[in-house]
Amino acid sequence: MPALPGLRRYLAVLSVLAVLTAGAILIQAEGLATLLTGGGVSWFLAAAIASRVALSLAHGVLGGRFAASVRGGLRRRLLESSSDRAGVVATQVTRGVDATDSYLTGYLPSLVVSVAVPVAVIVRLFTTDLTSALVVTATLPLIPVFAILVGKAASAQAERQWGLLTKLGGHFLDVVRGLGTLKVFGRASGQAEVVRSMARAHADATMKTLRVAFLSSLVLELVATLSVALVAVPIGFRLLGGGLDARTALLILVLAPEAYLPLRAAGAKFHAAAEGLTALREALAVPVVSVRTAARTRRRGAPSLVLERVSVSYDGVCALSEVDLSVPAGSHVALVGPSGSGKSTLLAVLLGFVPPTSGRVLVDGVDLRSLSPDGWLADIAWVPQRPTLFRGSLASNIALGLPGADIVTAARAAALDSVVAGLPAGYSTPVGELGEGLSAGQRQRIGLARALARTSAGLILLDEPTARLDARTEAAVLSATRRLLPDRTAVLVAHRPAMVSLADRVVELREGRIRTEVAA
Amino acid sequence: MSRLSSFLSTGQQSSTDRRTAASRGPAPVRWNWGRPPGRVGAALRTWGVSTKDVLRLLRAAFLGAGAELAALALMATAAWLLLRAAERPPLAALTVAIVAVRTLALLRGGLRYAERLAGHEVVLRWLGALRARVYQALAPGSRYSGGDLVTRLVSDVDALQDAVLRWLLPAGVAALVGTAAVAVTATASAAAAAALVAGLLTAGGFLPWLVVRVTANAGKAHAPKRAELAEHAVELVTGQRELVAAGVLEEKRSTAHAVVDELAGSERTVSAKTALLAAAGTLVQLLTTVAVALLADASVPWTAALALAAMTAFEVVLPLIGAARRVPEIRASAARVRAVLAEPAASGTRTPGPGHFRLAAATLRHPGRAPALKNVDLDLPPGKRVGILGPSGAGKTTLLRLLLGTEIPTEGQVTLDGHPLAEYEDLSKVISGAEADAHVFHTTVRENLLIAKPGATDAEMREACETAGFDLALDRETGPDGDALSGGQRQRLILARAVLAAPPVLVLDEPVEGLDPAHGDAVLKRVLDTAKGTVVLVTHRPEHLDGFDEVLTLEDGRALPASAAGRRPGRP
Repeated sequence: MPALPGLRRYLAVLSVLAVLTAGAILIQAEGLATLLTGGGVSWFLAAAIASRVALSLAHGVLGGRFAASVRGGLRRRLLESSSDRAGVVATQVTRGVDATDSYLTGYLPSLVVSVAVPVAVIVRLFTTDLTSALVVTATLPLIPVFAILVGKAASAQAERQWGLLTKLGGHFLDVVRGLGTLKVFGRASGQAEVVRSMARAHADATMKTLRVAFLSSLVLELVATLSVALVAVPIGFRLLGGGLDARTALLILVLAPEAYLPLRAAGAKFHAAAEGLTALREALAVPVVSVRTAARTRRRGAPSLVLERVSVSYDGVCALSEVDLSVPAGSHVALVGPSGSGKSTLLAVLLGFVPPTSGRVLVDGVDLRSLSPDGWLADIAWVPQRPTLFRGSLASNIALGLPGADIVTAARAAALDSVVAGLPAGYSTPVGELGEGLSAGQRQRIGLARALARTSAGLILLDEPTARLDARTEAAVLSATRRLLPDRTAVLVAHRPAMVSLADRVVELREGRIRTEVAA
Repeated sequence: MSRLSSFLSTGQQSSTDRRTAASRGPAPVRWNWGRPPGRVGAALRTWGVSTKDVLRLLRAAFLGAGAELAALALMATAAWLLLRAAERPPLAALTVAIVAVRTLALLRGGLRYAERLAGHEVVLRWLGALRARVYQALAPGSRYSGGDLVTRLVSDVDALQDAVLRWLLPAGVAALVGTAAVAVTATASAAAAAALVAGLLTAGGFLPWLVVRVTANAGKAHAPKRAELAEHAVELVTGQRELVAAGVLEEKRSTAHAVVDELAGSERTVSAKTALLAAAGTLVQLLTTVAVALLADASVPWTAALALAAMTAFEVVLPLIGAARRVPEIRASAARVRAVLAEPAASGTRTPGPGHFRLAAATLRHPGRAPALKNVDLDLPPGKRVGILGPSGAGKTTLLRLLLGTEIPTEGQVTLDGHPLAEYEDLSKVISGAEADAHVFHTTVRENLLIAKPGATDAEMREACETAGFDLALDRETGPDGDALSGGQRQRLILARAVLAAPPVLVLDEPVEGLDPAHGDAVLKRVLDTAKGTVVLVTHRPEHLDGFDEVLTLEDGRALPASAAGRRPGRP
C-alpha cells in the first residue's frame, strides 16, 4: 500500500497538539482541585478552559484539513484507475472515499493523544504521590495487553465462524440481487421466511462472536474504574491520618481517570476506524493507468505496418495467436471474422494500447514500442466499437483533441448534419443533456465525425463503423470513408459486405488466428 | 452447516406462501385502544418495531444509563470521600462511601458490557425482521430488480443499524443520565441544577442540531459536485483510450481534478464549522462544571461531588455532537428504505395457461432516454421458434424482459391469450429460461438448480447438467454470484437451470456467449433438441437460428423489415 501523502506532517502536528493537550489537562486538574476545595476560580482554571477549547478546535480543524486533502489525493488517484468497471470507480470516488473519514479524523488523533496524555499524567502523579503513580503505572499497561489477548481470542473465533458469518450476512444481498432470477422461476415470494431465518442465524452467530469481542472493552472499563477506586480509597485513609492535604488528594483523583480516558476513546473508535482503514486500503490498492513513455518520433503520413508473430493474451486467455500481417503504406485491409475472434484486440495492438505478449509490430520498419505514443496516436484516426461521449457540447465532442477542426464538414461527412439540424442549439447542444437520448447509431456517427475531423491522419483504424446504421446512413458514411482513404493506410474491421468493398485485401480472423487472406 | 441446506426456499406454494408469510411477519405493536396511534406508533409500524424490540431497546438503554451513572457516582463518591476524610471524621462516617466506591468501580464495567450486548442483540434481531419486510416489499414489484440500486438499498438497510447503535441508543442513555444528574443536583441547589440543565441541553440538543444542519446543508451543496465527479470518473474510465488517442487525457483529468479540489475546499469549510461546534461542547462542559461548583451552595465535599458528577455527565453527552454528523446520511438511507416499504404491492389474479404470447406495437421508454424498444410486433403461438438478432444495445434483452413480464410496455401491449401480462398472478409456470443477467446464488449447485424445479431428483438435475454441458458435482459451492465457478461454468449452470425448468415457453439470452464456439454450438444444439415447446433465442450468430420459424432483427430498438434482415426459410 503506497504511503498516504502528508501523513508524516499530520502525525507531527497531531503529536504537538497531543503534548499541548496533555499540558492543558494537567493545568485543568490543578484548577479543578483548587475550585473543588473551595479555592474559587483560579487563573489556572481559566487558562485551562481556554486552552482546552482552543486545542479541541485545532484538532478538529487540522484533522479536517488533512482528511480533506487525503480524500482529494485518493480521488485523483481513483480518477486514474485502470479498472474497466466504471460504475464501481464512480461509487468509490464518492462514497468509498468518504468512508475513510472515521479512520483519519476519528481514530488517528485519538491514538496519538492516548500515548501523550497518560505519560504526562503519570509523570505529574510521580511528582505528587508515589503510591497513586505506581497504581496507575501498573494498571495502565493491562489495557493494551488484555485488548490484544481478547482481540486474538475474538479473531480466532471470528475466523472459525468467518465462512458462516459472511454467508449468512451476505444472504440478504444475494437474494435481493437475484430477485430477478427468483421471479423468473416464480420463487420470489417464498424467500421472505428464509431471509428472516438467515438473519436470525446471522444474529445468533454474530452475538456469539461479540460476547468475546466485547470482553476487551469490559477489561478496559474495569481497569479504568477499579484503578480510580484503588487510588481513592488509600488516599482517603491517608487524609484521615493527616498525611495528605485535601487539594493534593483531589488533584490525584481528578488526574487518575484522565490517564485512561484517551485509551477508552481510542478503543471506542476502533471498530468504525477498521471500516475506514479498509476503505482507505481499497482506494490505495486500485491499479492505476501506467503511461508508456518512448521518445522516437517518425515522419507523419501513411505508415507501413508489419505484425511479426504477434500474440496477445489477457489473464492467460489467448486473444491473438502468432499473427503475421503486413499492411504496406497506403493499402487498405478489411478484417472480418466472428465476434470475439480478436479483431478489436488487433486494432488495440496497432494503437499501442495493448502490448504484444510476444512478437512485435513494426511501423515503417521501427518497433512500435520505441515510438513516442503521443506522436504515433496524433497520426491516427480511430473509431472504436462504442464511442464514448464526453461532457461538453456536441462540437467539442467532434473536435476532441483538435480545437481548430472543421466540425461542420466532418459532421456532414459522417451523416450527422441531419441530426444536428433537429437540435435546438445545434452544435453547441451539451451532450450531457442528450447523452442517453442519442441512439446507438447517432453515437456511432459522432465517433465517426470525430475521426473524420482528423484530416491529417496517416492511418485510419475503423472498428465496425457502420454497425447500428440504417441503409441510407450507411451509404453516406461509406462514401465519406471512401473519400478519406486515398493516400492513407487503413485497417477496417468490417461486418457488412459494403464496408469490405472499400478494402484492397480481406483478412479473416478466427479464434485469434489468421484464417484466410483474400484479395478483394 | 446443516441450516444452510435451506439456503433458498424452493417451496412450490409460492402464492399462498406470500400471504402466510405476511401474516406471520414480525408482530407489529398493536394499538387496540381505539384512537389513532400518533406519529410514534406510525413510525414503529413502518419500521416493524415490535413491542418486544421496544422493551429490549429500553433494557439496553437502562443498562447503558446504569453504567454511565455508576461512573458518575464513582467520581462523585470518591470526591466526597476524599474531602470528607480531610475533615477527619470518625472512620465509621466513611465506610459506606468506601464500599460504594469499590462497588461502583466493578458495576460500571459489567453494566457497560451488558448494555453493548443487549444493544447489539436488539438491533440484529430487528434488522433481521426489517430485511424480511424489505424483501417482501421488493418481491412483487418490478421496479427494483437488479443493479446498483438494489445493492445500495441493502447497504441502506444495514445503515439503520448505525442509526440505533450510534445515535438512538446513546441519545437515550444521555437523556437518562442527564435527568438523573439534574435530579440529584436539584436536591442541593436549584440554581446549580438550572445551570446543569442549560449546559446539558446546549451540548446534547442544540449543538448536535446545529451539526445536523451544517452537514445536511453541506450535503445538499455537495450533491451536484459529487454527481459531476462520478460522471468524470465514468468518462475517464470508459473513455480512457479515446482520450489518450485524442491526446486530451491530461486536459480531461485536470478538469476532473478541479472538481476534486473544489470539493476538498468546501469539505474543509464544513469540518472547520463542525470542529467549532465540538469545541463549543468542551467549553459548555467546563463552564457548566465551574457554574455547578460555584452555585451548589452546599458543603465542600458535597459540592465537589456534584461538580465532578456534572463534568462526568458531559462525557456521555458530548459524543452526540460528533455522532450528529452522520444523521443526514442515515436519514437519507431511512427515507429510501421507507419508500420501498411504502410501495403498494400489486399482483394479478389470472392463472396462466400454456398459451399464445403476442407483442402488439410494444414500446418501452425510460424517461429521458431513447426508447429501448419501439413499435415491435411479435406473434408467438405455442411451438413456434423465434430467433432475435441485432447488435448489442438494440433492445433484444428488453424484448425478453417484456415477454417475461419483468418490464411493462409504456405503449402497445404484451398479451398472453389476449390478456395483458399484468393480469396474471404467476407467469413462471408458462415462461422462464436463461436471462443474460441471471444470478447464481451463493450456495451449492444443487440449490441453484432446485429454484428452477423444486423437488427435482438428482437424476433429473444431472440430466439437465449434461444437456447444458455442465459437469461439476451437485454439492459444489458456487461462491458469491458464482465467483467460485469459471465464466463458462457459470454460464452453463444458468443454462442447465433453464433446461431443468423446461417451461412451455423457453427464453434464452445469448446462452452460449463466452463459451468456446464449437463447444457452445454443440451445447446449444442439445438444449434446442431437448426443448419441447416455444423457444425465443437471442443470439448474435445467425448460424444458431437454422430451422427457426422466424428471425427478428432489431436495431436501435426497432425491428428491421424482414427483407433487410434476410428472412430465413421456416422449418418444414
